[in-house]
Amino acid sequence: MANRPETVVVFGLTPDAWKRAMVSTVLVVAVLLPFLVSDFRTFQFTLVMIWAIAVLGLNIVTGFSGQFSLGHGAFFAVGAYTAAIMMDHWEVPYYLCVPVAGLVALTAGFAFGFAAGRLAGHYLALATFALAVAVPQILKYDPLEEWTGGVQGIPLLKPDAPFGLPLNPDEWLYYFVLFITVVLFVCAGNLLRGRTGRAMMAIRDQPIAAKTMGVNVSLYKALTFGVSAMYTGIGGALYAIVIQFVSPDSFFLFVSIFIFVGMVVGGMASIYGAIYGGLFILFVPNIAEEITKAAPGAIFGVIMIAFAYLVPFGVAGFARIAGARIVRKWGVAPNGRASLGAESKQTLGGE
Amino acid sequence: MDLFIQQVVGGLATGGIYASLALALVMIHRATELINFAQGEMAMFSTYIAWTMINAGMPYWFAFFLTVAISFVGGVVLERVVIRPVEHRPILTIIIVFIGLLLIFNAVAGWIWTYTLKSFESPFPDRPLEIFPGTTVRMHDVGAIGVTLVLLLLLYLFFRFTPLGLAMRAAALNPGSARLVGIRVGSMLALGWGLAAAIGAVAGMMVAPIVFLDPSMMFGILLYGFASALLGGINSPVGAVIGGFMVGVMENMAGTYVPFIGNELKLTLALFVIIVVVIFRPAGLFGKTVVSRV
Amino acid sequence: MANMLDVSGLEGGYGPTQVLFGLDFTVRQGGITTILGANGAGKTTTLRAVCGMIKVSGKITFDGARIDGKAIEEIVRLGIAHVPDGRGTFTSLTVEDNLVLGAYTRRDSDGVAADMERVFGYFPVLRERRRQQAGTLSGGEQQMLALARAVMLKPRLMLLDEPSFGLAPLLVKELFAIMRRINEEESVSMLVVEQDATMALELADHAYLLETGRVVVSGTAEEIKADDAVRRAYLGY
Repeated sequence: MANRPETVVVFGLTPDAWKRAMVSTVLVVAVLLPFLVSDFRTFQFTLVMIWAIAVLGLNIVTGFSGQFSLGHGAFFAVGAYTAAIMMDHWEVPYYLCVPVAGLVALTAGFAFGFAAGRLAGHYLALATFALAVAVPQILKYDPLEEWTGGVQGIPLLKPDAPFGLPLNPDEWLYYFVLFITVVLFVCAGNLLRGRTGRAMMAIRDQPIAAKTMGVNVSLYKALTFGVSAMYTGIGGALYAIVIQFVSPDSFFLFVSIFIFVGMVVGGMASIYGAIYGGLFILFVPNIAEEITKAAPGAIFGVIMIAFAYLVPFGVAGFARIAGARIVRKWGVAPNGRASLGAESKQTLGGE
Repeated sequence: MDLFIQQVVGGLATGGIYASLALALVMIHRATELINFAQGEMAMFSTYIAWTMINAGMPYWFAFFLTVAISFVGGVVLERVVIRPVEHRPILTIIIVFIGLLLIFNAVAGWIWTYTLKSFESPFPDRPLEIFPGTTVRMHDVGAIGVTLVLLLLLYLFFRFTPLGLAMRAAALNPGSARLVGIRVGSMLALGWGLAAAIGAVAGMMVAPIVFLDPSMMFGILLYGFASALLGGINSPVGAVIGGFMVGVMENMAGTYVPFIGNELKLTLALFVIIVVVIFRPAGLFGKTVVSRV
Repeated sequence: MANMLDVSGLEGGYGPTQVLFGLDFTVRQGGITTILGANGAGKTTTLRAVCGMIKVSGKITFDGARIDGKAIEEIVRLGIAHVPDGRGTFTSLTVEDNLVLGAYTRRDSDGVAADMERVFGYFPVLRERRRQQAGTLSGGEQQMLALARAVMLKPRLMLLDEPSFGLAPLLVKELFAIMRRINEEESVSMLVVEQDATMALELADHAYLLETGRVVVSGTAEEIKADDAVRRAYLGY
């Protein structure tokens, strides 16, 4: 009979309590961050969160629902351009642009998910890859130029902190993004842990069986695509606001690939994985460029392949396995006896 | 009428290139059920190798064949070293590996040869060719069509009439049975990759004079290759070829005669073709619908 | 006379499911041995084990040399032809291509041509259909093609998995007669797995009965045919 992890105690706390403690610490640090580091670093971490949101979006559709997308850069672009156009043409305040961009991306994702519903495996990957390559072309398209700004793109203004708060724009945007990130991650957690999440995973693992159990597979698939596009689209909108500029070249094929890499390295089917992914996307190219000019592409490629061979569950999976090992080694039952082989179930599911 | 013929010939020329790329994709798909997302980058890399040799003074056709040989070996090595270990892993893992390869080839090419555009010479003279009185087409277009046709003919002869070709077909059709007659299926797979890489190299070298050489040269072309392979039927070599020529001509026709597509939305056309085929007739024009048992 | 095939202590299965629990059997040189038993007894698994399709433990010796643990392609090249259940023909290739592939590992093109003629002699219908796609052949014809392809390999041992499956009794008789001819004229030892015990016992000289992965009865075909108790208990007639 194995001990269930909840009844095991490691250095005075149960694993769940440890998890809560770690998350709380990270949140506290996150809130204090702008006061601890330079403006530039704050800006960087803002981008980390934006990429994390984008990766989370991809994770929802690929990791949890098993539909491969190599084209999420397209939804990122949709979100970004929606926000940019709204701010530039109609002077809509940035905080309203974000949810609208999300809705536009949601619709686009839903439409695509519905049309491509019968595809699976690398056919779906192929169709999304086509999206990723074709979207920059649409953005450059002349007749649309008065909306999209054509090849030059659209420059934007950085918003100031509201209500006269004593924050500079970088700091304000950081908190704005932080707030949205937390909300989105909590929503995703609830979604994936609940019935919807289980249905999605059922579709991922055994689509035909899921159908026989009454799950409306095409609807779920389309909805999942929509929600995932919404997340990535919101990421795109925030990106436009923070970078203050959108142009077709910012959304080249590689954006889709980078988001994909972030998901693989961070950990698929893992919400925390999106955060590791965001960190990876932002910081690794910087570090890589100091090593060799061939970065970031080559480094990304090599790391991705290495992860595929060696660490298939990404950093998040690695963290989970490491955590389980720690529990096994130092876990102690509440009545003081060492736990014998505390079993930790490694389900591929939300954590 | 002149414009029409020019566009058709031009379309056939690029179509031949798409057909070659589509053929490489189909070959790998038939043998492994996988779509090689890195095919374009491999072809691009081969083309850069050719460029280096030609720039160093090597005569064109010598460099051409040497590049094809190097690409063949490269493809074999790639299969053995990178693909073989993950052959039986889930699809996602394999897609990850392909994308990784795509990134690596792209980045390394940019690093070695920089991102500035380079011109790649055509082996065919730059004069226009008069095929009908009063109608001229580009020599390179005609030459490219010729090279493509020779390539396709050689492949056809190889697969149809040589024992090795037959063995490769058998290994792709039914690897279990192929083993039972003593065919080393793993080696056949490696050979298939080698051939695909070699074909890709030819496609790259034929298209470079048209679009200029740069690391992202093949993205759009790969997309057309996909569209062609899907249109023809992802498991049908004949389909890939016909699909390629069709897509090439359609692309040129649409670009010239349909006003809102112009030069700019051509890739979107490819995307459109892919989506339509994949939704309405996933087996393509010449493929057989695959029924998978539950 | 040495044994063509010597198997002892064969254990194995599919992943975590063990199917074979320690089999011992032999095939004599030039002989025909049959393995009988109900569905699920492990007969097909046994053949797969011999030709290397599944991982097993135990000793498998072919004409004096150990072959357990080798790859399928290598075992085949040593001279073992396997006619699997489901026949394994290349359905989209022609009959002739199938036969040519059977001889893929051989280097003697004259011998191959001569063998092709002999094979058409055994199965005239294949000569008629030689340019047809193998998938368009009837079940019986495909079985003949599978057998013919195995002969083209010039094997010393042939493994046959339920050759009578799905065929009308008259056809089975004809097929088994040809199998006997092949055994005698081409000096090919045979290991035949069968559900149809009557026909198998007519063809074979030795028989083993399998029940849930173990040999429960073994002996010459005559002995088993004559043993009423065995017949009633294990063969259902």
